[in-house]
Amino acid sequence: MSTTRGYPRDAGLAARMTFVMFLLGLLYVAVMAALIAAGVNFAFVFILAAGLLFAQYYYSSKIALFSMHAKEVSPAEAPQLHGIVDRLCALADMPKPRVAIADTDVPNAFATGRNPSDAVVCATTGILRRLEPAELEAVLAHELSHVAHRDVAVMTIAGFLGVAAGFITRSMFWFGGAGIGGGRGRGRDEENEMLLIMLVSVVVYAISFLLTRALSRYRELSADRGAAIITGAPSTLASALVKVTGAMGRIPTRDLRAAEPFNAFFFTPAAAPGFSFSSLFSTHPTLEQRLAQLAELERQMGHPA
Amino acid sequence: MKFLDTILGRTKPKPANLDALFAVPGAAITLEAAMGFTSAGSAAVCFKPASAYDFASTCTEIGELLELSGKDTGSEVSQSEDSYGYHWIVIRDPDVSDLVTTVHMVNSTLAERGYGNQLLASVFAFRGESGGVSYLVYLFKRGTFYPFVPEPGGGEKRDNQRELQLQGALQGEVPLEADLTRWFPIWGAPVP
Repeated sequence: MSTTRGYPRDAGLAARMTFVMFLLGLLYVAVMAALIAAGVNFAFVFILAAGLLFAQYYYSSKIALFSMHAKEVSPAEAPQLHGIVDRLCALADMPKPRVAIADTDVPNAFATGRNPSDAVVCATTGILRRLEPAELEAVLAHELSHVAHRDVAVMTIAGFLGVAAGFITRSMFWFGGAGIGGGRGRGRDEENEMLLIMLVSVVVYAISFLLTRALSRYRELSADRGAAIITGAPSTLASALVKVTGAMGRIPTRDLRAAEPFNAFFFTPAAAPGFSFSSLFSTHPTLEQRLAQLAELERQMGHPA
Repeated sequence: MKFLDTILGRTKPKPANLDALFAVPGAAITLEAAMGFTSAGSAAVCFKPASAYDFASTCTEIGELLELSGKDTGSEVSQSEDSYGYHWIVIRDPDVSDLVTTVHMVNSTLAERGYGNQLLASVFAFRGESGGVSYLVYLFKRGTFYPFVPEPGGGEKRDNQRELQLQGALQGEVPLEADLTRWFPIWGAPVP
């Protein structure tokens, strides 16, 4: 067969992502080992957390569509949007996801669903109105890359430990913590143990939070890369990014705050202006990072592998 | 490796598969015998232009190649762009095997230059006895064919019954796309 115009693999990105996943795994093992060594029975917390997360994962598409007031559209209702998705799926050789539109002026798009055949891509009316067809296509290619990379599954699994640790902290606070202040009925050792467990959970939660955020940023860069590969036009995605992030800053704050919990799989996070995440806590890489990667891809495209 | 690619969020460009194209002349004979469909004398290649400068020069090169080969086969070639920003190369020739040869040449040139993953589909147009147009669409990424029959009179409706009839007639002639959800409509194809 012929050569394929190659983007050389981004070994650095893959290495960083692997490292973050390794740290998450390590944290997981360490927590498990510590719990077993301490003889603490937190099985119920883990089962609860796993159950909740599984439900969230299983119903991810329904939850996301419902909370965004998004409505699934048929090809007859949105022929152009369906046409773009049809063609992208044929180019990328993936099953066609369902297509939805959310009626909000925040220009954004997201993809969700537990696997490629259950997936939904959703665009807001704001983004449909603002972007040129080619730019919209690039954005949808980014979302389809999330689907192909199974990011909902990856991020759910990655987030498990953080959720479990959060549960432990909270349950200690409500049930165990009551005894800590004036604990007459308890032994001193027991109180200390409680405090220690709580402290450890907080630390575990913090570390896993930072790691999952880092992972999320790498997944975004991967999806940008995927979009560039599918469409063959990194600069189009770059111009869409600039347009969308530029326009998002001008949207009224209240609307944006309402949208914040759904940031994880958004094309760009809906952060209110003036409220600056430090880059460490952000789910998305900075615009500069994303543009730099796309510019590099555009440069590489000029030179066949 | 598929698992690892998913875990690491890698996108691998899918190479185009061109081999099955040469089954089209045989399929055309079968369609005529079984359903009275004749070639409309035109076919088209659809691909997504890449933004690299090099891509533009590849297109120019293909245009020159086509002009040369057109002198041999007597094919007429034109290029156009559709509303989705995809590029079409339209080939007109009454001889189906000449159509296939030219379509294959366009595809292989693009693939050789490393733009195989930009290829979307090739479309062969057929006419039924009543004059309605049917398309035989070749999906590069799957290496499969499927029928696409727009309802006459516009309105972006497809004649599913006719499509399934065609599918039956083509069984064993060409590799058919088994997954019906991949039978993407191609409205407004610039052929015939």
